[in-house]
Amino acid sequence: MDLDLTEDQESIRDVFADFFSSETGPEQAREAEPLGFDSRAWDRLLETGAPGMGVAESSGGGGANLADLAVVVEEAGAHIAALPLVDHMVTTRLLARVGACDDDVLAGTTIVGLAIRPPQDGTARTVPSGAVARQVVALDGDALVLVDSDPGAHLQNHGCLPLAHRPLAGATVLAKGPDAAAAYHLALDEWRTLTASTLVGITRTALNLGVDYARERRQFGRPIGSFQAIQHLLADLPGLLDGARLLTAKAAWAGDRAVAGQTGVADIGDNEITDFATLACMALVSAGEAATTATDRSLHVHGGYGFSEEYDIQLYFRRARALTVVLDDPARECRRLADMLLTRHATGTTA
Amino acid sequence: MDFSLSPGAVDFRAAVKAFIAEHLTTEVVDQMHATGTFNDKTFNAALADAGLLAGAVPGYGDRDPIELYILFNELEKAGAPYDGLAVTMLVAGVVNAVGTDFHRNRVLQKLLTGRFNCCLGYSEPDHGSDVASITTKAVRDGDEWVITGQKMWTTMAHVSDWVILLTRTNPDVPRHKGLTMFLLPMDTPGIEVQPVPTMATERTNATFYDDVRVGDEWRLGEVDGGWAVMGVALAFERGVMGGTNPAVPLLRHVRDWAGGAASPDGGTMLQDPLLRERLARTAIANQVSQLLTLRAAWIAATGGLPGLEGSMAKLYATGRYQQAVGWFQEMAGAEGLLAFGVDDAAADGWIDYDARHAPVTTIYGGTTEINRNNVAERHLGLPRDR
Repeated sequence: MDLDLTEDQESIRDVFADFFSSETGPEQAREAEPLGFDSRAWDRLLETGAPGMGVAESSGGGGANLADLAVVVEEAGAHIAALPLVDHMVTTRLLARVGACDDDVLAGTTIVGLAIRPPQDGTARTVPSGAVARQVVALDGDALVLVDSDPGAHLQNHGCLPLAHRPLAGATVLAKGPDAAAAYHLALDEWRTLTASTLVGITRTALNLGVDYARERRQFGRPIGSFQAIQHLLADLPGLLDGARLLTAKAAWAGDRAVAGQTGVADIGDNEITDFATLACMALVSAGEAATTATDRSLHVHGGYGFSEEYDIQLYFRRARALTVVLDDPARECRRLADMLLTRHATGTTA
Repeated sequence: MDFSLSPGAVDFRAAVKAFIAEHLTTEVVDQMHATGTFNDKTFNAALADAGLLAGAVPGYGDRDPIELYILFNELEKAGAPYDGLAVTMLVAGVVNAVGTDFHRNRVLQKLLTGRFNCCLGYSEPDHGSDVASITTKAVRDGDEWVITGQKMWTTMAHVSDWVILLTRTNPDVPRHKGLTMFLLPMDTPGIEVQPVPTMATERTNATFYDDVRVGDEWRLGEVDGGWAVMGVALAFERGVMGGTNPAVPLLRHVRDWAGGAASPDGGTMLQDPLLRERLARTAIANQVSQLLTLRAAWIAATGGLPGLEGSMAKLYATGRYQQAVGWFQEMAGAEGLLAFGVDDAAADGWIDYDARHAPVTTIYGGTTEINRNNVAERHLGLPRDR
């Protein structure tokens, strides 16, 4: 057991914390609204190798594992980077696994994204990077398909995500059958894990914004952060933040084990969970709750200013909700999780 | 990060699980709830004899400190009587950290045999969360001290061999600076124990100290240095030694009940979508609680005192436990009100038991509000306001 980042991961964290803090942030996020894509920052990001870093070195990538990528995207979330990084990373890994990742995708000059919801009537709806990605991968029935077309028309939305519908007409079939579905679901669980890590970054900054404001803002002759009513709103958040970060890191750890062929278990009777799909789902629900709670409380601590466009917390507030529900209602995610956790008990036995 | 246990820890956990499977009989569990004493000396002694207590003292010995976490986490998950053992091993850790050779020889070695118990004498009838204001006084008389006062919530006092007792030795200095801790043998003349029944099955006590004379060798830490000893004790208490995964047995009991319970809507309760969602949410909370606890254990294992991290684990875990208990009691309906031993009781009475027990978990061992104060002031750096 080791609950510290590796030395390599500490370096990765420092490098990308520097990058996102100089190239992205609330100011750039505002400029990138409503589309939610900062093309100048994306161009700079290409120089870091981040778009292809999650692909094996033997396939021309950076050789980073899922746990490493989680460290990168937490920083992106913390600095509210308007970049389709999670979607591009998980899709490049998926394309590499089915032998369809070209150099432009690895480099990030072609942006790729994942259709995270089942297509309806031949269209992948509300693809998270659909308004900026050239290539979108979807699971259509039992076929893994790739559509290569101009990005879709942006759907203006709550979190200023680059959402768009993408018709699948003319899509190329990359693979078919159970292996294709398994590859897609592995990618989707990686998406859950990295989106969870992004939400952890959002939670972290939202908490910091609330604490900073509570220390500076004075009412009744003293900082509002000296009032227990304010302190106790904020004091629940570090546990939510650290808990979500640990669970997300555990999901990434399980994902790397799964890719290496190691299976896990999911025994809620003994609270022993090492299965990747289970942990990915848990991480997204947990981080979504942490981010929505932290942004909600932090915004409230700001009083009326939190509601104003001028203050940064509203940027985090809206993205926290968007990333929490863009895949599905968390309650439905929980019922899906229950299907995984209660399989042995579903027939009424108590084995 | 690596979330797998070391091979040694895996072996240790297997040994604890095997021990529980053999020794945690229905009789042991029934006895615990019937007497209200969540402590079983036969069980504790067998644990020690099996070699499983050697790593159970925080900060002591050369065993992997993760063993401490594993031991108490497994006992908690299994619903075993571990409250008395946890307090005893906590005191053993405090004795090891701040005690003299006399204390180590006379007390610590005995505690490691699993055949002796300790209890905590901090709170008083008028001083709970504001523990630094306690008034039980200790007055020096030559080589002895004379102690007079009353303690409250001295759980396990009726089965204990020693109490660590927080006293006031100097009323003329700021309240934190006039406190002294003693390690007091419970058979010292002048100590009286009275039971305090609770609304759950567990029993606690009030203890009375009437001109209790004790030698200076039983002082633990410096004269007027009792607050520093408290700091060590609290850092050991929160998080690492059980108390942060109470919803694991709850979830297991509810799941097993729901598979066989008819739903008024048809089918079984386990097919109810809302119950399934809530079982899943509880499973997530149980993982997060485990990880926050593991982090506290990890900090202890790498040489730190995880006081704040323990506060975070306790805040999170006890809040989620209470939420889950509320959900499941509502969803079990009238059968969820039925007690242990009553036919048709949902989950064999465990829902009623957990609903009775849950309220105390955000009170004892530091209330939710005290833990929030800790996190707000010491972790977030917000201005102190008391």
